[in-house]
Amino acid sequence: MKHTLSVLVENKPGVLARIAGLFRRRGFNIDSLAVAPTEDTRYSRMTIVVDLEGKPLEQVTKQLHKLVNVIKVSDLKPSEALERELALIKVGATTPNRAQIIEIVDIFRAKIIDVSRTTLTVEVTGTADKIDAITNLLKPFGIKEIARTGKVALTRGSKEQ
Amino acid sequence: MKLTGAAALVKTLEKEGVEVIFGIPGGATLPFYDALKDSEKIHHILMRHEQCAAHAADGYARASGKVGTCSATSGPGATNLVTGIVNAYMDSIPILAITGQVPSKVIGTDAFQEADTTGITLPAVKHSYLVTDAKEIPRIVKEAFYIALNGRPGPVVIDIPRDVLQTEIDYYYPDEVDLPGFKPTLKGHAKQIKLALKEMLNAKRPVIFAGGGIITSGASKELLEFAELMNIPVAYTLMGKGAFPEIHKLSLGMIGMHGTKCGNYAVTESDLLIGIGVRFDDRATGRLDRFAPHAKIIHIDIDPAEIGKNVPIDIPIVGDAKTILKQFLEAAKKMITKESINQKEEWHKKIKDWKKKYPLTYPQDNALRPQYVVEQIYELTKDKKTIITTGVGQNQMWAAQYYKVTKPRTFISSGGLGTMGFGLPAAIGAQVASPDSLVIDIDGDGSIQMVSQDLATAVYNNLPIKIVILNNGYLGMVRQWQQLFYKKRYMAVDLAVGTPDFVKLADAYGAVGIRVTKKKEVKSALEEAFKTPKTVLIDVWIEREENVFPMVPAGAALDEIIGGLEK
Repeated sequence: MKHTLSVLVENKPGVLARIAGLFRRRGFNIDSLAVAPTEDTRYSRMTIVVDLEGKPLEQVTKQLHKLVNVIKVSDLKPSEALERELALIKVGATTPNRAQIIEIVDIFRAKIIDVSRTTLTVEVTGTADKIDAITNLLKPFGIKEIARTGKVALTRGSKEQ
Repeated sequence: MKLTGAAALVKTLEKEGVEVIFGIPGGATLPFYDALKDSEKIHHILMRHEQCAAHAADGYARASGKVGTCSATSGPGATNLVTGIVNAYMDSIPILAITGQVPSKVIGTDAFQEADTTGITLPAVKHSYLVTDAKEIPRIVKEAFYIALNGRPGPVVIDIPRDVLQTEIDYYYPDEVDLPGFKPTLKGHAKQIKLALKEMLNAKRPVIFAGGGIITSGASKELLEFAELMNIPVAYTLMGKGAFPEIHKLSLGMIGMHGTKCGNYAVTESDLLIGIGVRFDDRATGRLDRFAPHAKIIHIDIDPAEIGKNVPIDIPIVGDAKTILKQFLEAAKKMITKESINQKEEWHKKIKDWKKKYPLTYPQDNALRPQYVVEQIYELTKDKKTIITTGVGQNQMWAAQYYKVTKPRTFISSGGLGTMGFGLPAAIGAQVASPDSLVIDIDGDGSIQMVSQDLATAVYNNLPIKIVILNNGYLGMVRQWQQLFYKKRYMAVDLAVGTPDFVKLADAYGAVGIRVTKKKEVKSALEEAFKTPKTVLIDVWIEREENVFPMVPAGAALDEIIGGLEK
């Protein structure tokens, strides 16, 4: 079972290593991790997708809380959270199939951000499912490279995490 | 006031009340030691190995309740501290480790004596700092003490590059700490307290299960009062020795792998288990799915992450043990009934029977048995102000079984990590913390040989510690397991060949050495040692293949306890 944790941390050197180390030591798997400073640069927000493999979520959040640099840990329920991921996908493109690729890109409201004689690079934002879907559709054309950010998330509406 | 980083460090340590630092200097800490030379408040004890510096700081902290401070230089100095840091982490002991680091500009270049100290210690510290700006030293030191001591205590590392120690700053002492991510809960939730209390009043077979948290929190007095008021018997872990007077009629003894049969049976048959400041460690619980199978479990701990970690909990209460026991006492005085006390009488009768039927025993013959030695130590010191430290292995378990502790902070042992060699440096730390106590290290020949160089530290500091080596010429606990579970195929456990003559070793260091080879010599040798105001080593040649019983085999349930003679 996968969970998305939004973790507010002090923006200090070594914090990422502490968190990564904690996950490793306690045997939890990080599925993806995205981190950047928040509106207040003293703090960073980490969005961590954790694969629990039957372990209780509570242990992860409690252990995270014990780290001195961790301010807040929220478990984001999919129904209450806005979740987005960004992917850059470099697809092999030839003259005959270029149009087909562009059509798929349009359907997904993605963008083409680079063109070469043999490739198109697509930028797509959305939920992990959406990115999986476009990746699948682009596969037949030959995907050269993919870079995915991992999930970032916030709670919906006026509620703060 | 202009001060160098090193002088600012020393000044802040003084302000935090540091009286002693256990350490070894080196290239990277030269500026620190130079500043330390001018300190009138801080006494430095030069150890002979950094591991012992960390253990001594640990022993000091356990005996005093204060933060123990140790120091090492960069690279090998710092890596030598690691075992001591992990040891303190596992037993939740507040120590501060100050390590030197190579100059900032060469960090990351594999410079001479460079090691990634904060990286290496990361999984085993409560918190750590790599100081990059000398101006931050006072704030960091103050924070370090606050973090080490508050909430669930633990080790903190401050790693300081040499150039940072040399940088001049305008000194300031911060009045308070600002740690938005560190706010331990102290008071228990009132509703949970009431709920738990109701269970305790209704229970017919309750057991309090006390751990090191009682000692950390200074809650022994409250625990005693509460147990007596509620008429509930008390079992404890190794770390909880001293939390409750072991000779009290409500004491069930230590539980776990080498606990008492009475304690282990009582926990197994209990209908309510009240864990306070315990972490349900495997050595205490045995097989988890058969641990206290009939009991509702209340768990009181300051660390929320411990609650539900190993055992499902019915009523969790997060907070400080002393504060919560006070809350319990106050609420109990209103809620308690005669009936709630009386309905526990049958339980007490049963416990009394177990105690009678299964006392800790060993053959009463002419052989020199370790249990007898520990008993004699107990008899000779029970009315004195005494602190016991131990090595790890059989010696530790015999000490735990046969030395009856009545006061907190007087039994000092490496519980979680099980670090052989802990006994001697811990005794050094404890003696420094409590100069008027009789400090006795009950040790093994295997354990002591991991740290014997620090006999020098004890001797040159005139520390009158007594080191009783229960010498069986074996890595005894490993041998016991090989005997019981590996068909007596002894492998790499015989220390008899190559072990030094401990009496000569003591002599070489300037300590007093006494050898005991017969049962009848034990008492007089101990008496002589205890009245000698010097470091004394007593080398006791015990029965070589004596085993620690009773015993719950690894992976077995607490009531599957074996061995020990029935009366």
